[in-house]
Amino acid sequence: MEKSELSYDPYNVIITGVGGQGNVLASRVLGNMLTEKGLQVTIGETFGASQRGGSVMSHLRISAASSWSPQIPKGKAHMVVALEPIEAIRVLMNYGSPVAKALCNTRPIHPVGVISGEVSYPTPDELKQWVKELTEKAWFVNATDAAMQMGNPIFGNIMMIGALAGIGELPMEREDFEMVISRSMPSDKVKANLSAYDMGVKMIRQ
Amino acid sequence: MSNLILEGKKGSRHLLMGNEAIARGALEAGVCVAAGYPGTPSSEIIETLSDASKERKLYVEWSVNEKVAMEVAAAASFAGLRSMCVMKQNGVNVASDFLLHLAYSGTRGGMVLVPCDDPEALSSANEGESRHFAKLVEIPLLEPGDFQEAKDMVKWAFELSEEIKSLVMLRSVTRLSHASGSVVFDELPEQDTTAHFSHSGAFIDPVEGPMTTLPVTWRHTQLQEKLQQAVSKFEESPFNTYTGPQTPELLIITSSACHLYSKEAIDLIGVKDRVGLLKLGTTWPLPPKLMQQYLIRADKILIVEEVISFLEDNVKILAAELASKIGIKTFFGKKNGAIPTAGELNPDLVVTAIAKILGINYEAMPQAYGNRAKALADLGAPGRDLTFCPGCPHRASFWTIHNVLQMDNREGFVCGDIGCYSLAMLPCGFGTLKTLHSMGSGAGLASGFGKLKMFGMDQPVVATVGDSTFFHAVLPAFINAVHNKSGFILIILDNSGTAMTGFQPHPGLQVDAKGDEAPHIDIVSVCEAIGAKVSVCDPFDIQHTQQTLFELLEDKEGVKVLVLKQICALSPEKKAKKMYEVEIDETVCLGENCGCNRMCTRVFKCPGLIWDKEKGVSTIDEVICAGCGVCASICPAGAINKKEVA
Repeated sequence: MEKSELSYDPYNVIITGVGGQGNVLASRVLGNMLTEKGLQVTIGETFGASQRGGSVMSHLRISAASSWSPQIPKGKAHMVVALEPIEAIRVLMNYGSPVAKALCNTRPIHPVGVISGEVSYPTPDELKQWVKELTEKAWFVNATDAAMQMGNPIFGNIMMIGALAGIGELPMEREDFEMVISRSMPSDKVKANLSAYDMGVKMIRQ
Repeated sequence: MSNLILEGKKGSRHLLMGNEAIARGALEAGVCVAAGYPGTPSSEIIETLSDASKERKLYVEWSVNEKVAMEVAAAASFAGLRSMCVMKQNGVNVASDFLLHLAYSGTRGGMVLVPCDDPEALSSANEGESRHFAKLVEIPLLEPGDFQEAKDMVKWAFELSEEIKSLVMLRSVTRLSHASGSVVFDELPEQDTTAHFSHSGAFIDPVEGPMTTLPVTWRHTQLQEKLQQAVSKFEESPFNTYTGPQTPELLIITSSACHLYSKEAIDLIGVKDRVGLLKLGTTWPLPPKLMQQYLIRADKILIVEEVISFLEDNVKILAAELASKIGIKTFFGKKNGAIPTAGELNPDLVVTAIAKILGINYEAMPQAYGNRAKALADLGAPGRDLTFCPGCPHRASFWTIHNVLQMDNREGFVCGDIGCYSLAMLPCGFGTLKTLHSMGSGAGLASGFGKLKMFGMDQPVVATVGDSTFFHAVLPAFINAVHNKSGFILIILDNSGTAMTGFQPHPGLQVDAKGDEAPHIDIVSVCEAIGAKVSVCDPFDIQHTQQTLFELLEDKEGVKVLVLKQICALSPEKKAKKMYEVEIDETVCLGENCGCNRMCTRVFKCPGLIWDKEKGVSTIDEVICAGCGVCASICPAGAINKKEVA
């Protein structure tokens, strides 16, 4: 896919999840992969205390032409990648629209309010139905369980990047992923990340 | 793995975080010394430079606090080297005493102060601003408007500083520092600088004489002349740009990240041919000729900036002075309520302001969609309160501190401080903290509370501080308390690093910024030398910690220190390594029938625990549990078992 084939310019992606799920790493990997394709990427995110157990978001603006604001305007997300399912709903409330799409990890992380019993967590079926209702198209994968089978739930974020590549909306290629990951990680970790990426692609395409 | 910041070639384009771009800019400028104190959103600048110092001739340190960081960097400048000091907005307050004096004394080698402000306090206890300091101490202020500028402007700041022999402030914000964008590299210079401090010349010789603020009025006048030199450079600066029609209906004047929001807002509502955008990179002092050239073009002026007005005030003063040339203007911004005076901005807030001024209707999303999404989010996306990480030593520490003070029953309270443990103000730390201000203030307040016995106050006083905070700002308050015979318990939550900002080393550790071995200052020995009684506990040992704290509360005189030592769960040496396999015996857990009424999930609330509604028992979330084993000690039924991981 060529960069001129972006379905929107800027194409706006929000990667969302819970602090500790590897949101920042996922957004940087995706941003660097697209930079390899000659695209101009702007990423906005927050970290620090705001991350501890809280909802986190990375905003990616992908453009053939120029830098954009590190905050996506309300209602202008084209793709929401949710590492945790209720975060998809939360993001769509502010940044969604009838043309938005979503890729959703189905494994919940319970907010402390749910753990303490003050509020309840929706059922998997409810969540799927709501995400579908708020998007033009939605994909659901259980990346966390697949990552657990690989030995560590932290691979969930990379698996979701693989799944996003599998969807095919963005010019993401395995060789770019490999280069980006080799540049930023010790060599002994590259292989496992490649497997996680491949597994993600497979989860969408099979 | 590779170090892109060093290896990237001239002309190559990379995706860099704003902080990395600032660091690369400093390297391209040939910076020799950089010092700072960790603080979000500034920390990655020093981190990136300390990585680079492994390969380049460059001295980088995490200083004990921001004032010392500025002094360390100034010394390098006095010796003719280019130097930089980096801090979050609070740091400028800490360093401000030296800052004022440094402005008067002037600098030699180029010296740049990089404060990173945090509008909306996304990771701060305030949204204070450093811009006002530039005006207060009379130094030039630069504000990059995108990622490329974040790099390029640093280099320009060094040149300006060297030319006018004054410190230059280059201010960033969270949405640049922690955002990433495309940056094209320039080349890295050869390194052959040598340091020498010339001090034998005439007293007022700025190049060969001593460095001082004396004689004060003479130096002050010199400083003001330097500022005028900066203004003439600013008139020609490539960092002040205009886009838009020749005579716009509305002129937006902006700087920093607000430039990107304004650009986007103009695009969103399609008013490119009606609205002009003047993006300023040199925001103090404003260049009057340049300002005149653009102010004359429009009758309506909107100033877009974050938090309290700075640019707006300065533009208005200039416009008043230029009134006979540019005519009468109508201003929109903070003063008329078009732009909020608290919190950060975003493209939507700028759209709202422009749409109102120009009478345009704008809908961010179809109303029906917005209503439905809001209804579903209210129903199905329960809020995510901040909490300590699974396995965090602070949850265990505050569990004990809170329970002991409750059982003591004298309305004892805890003065808090700055770090992850500030979260103990919230339910995740059982609402234990009752005061929270700046670095070290908990100890200072405790020192004061501890002297109020003569007025009948008999509540036990406790202060909790982190290990890095202890060195940064607690020591003077602690010494003050001991000397003045105050009475309180100083609890040092020692998790072996500056954890909240990403494990930067501090003087209590055996490692420096570069990763080399360094002499460590032992917290316990320091406290003992100052004359306090010191106890040390592992907060994961709930029973022992509880017992010790009870004993300290019995001892009513003097300052007692309790060090709660346990490494942060996210530290590189601990991360993803479980100490215990934890499991819940479903046959023993009595659930809601237990006298505890499921204390583990209802009160202790570690994210690693889940309440299984159907079975009516607690369970462990294998994905989340960090294996600290603390919950095993709090279950009254003994239903939680821990097994040491081999």
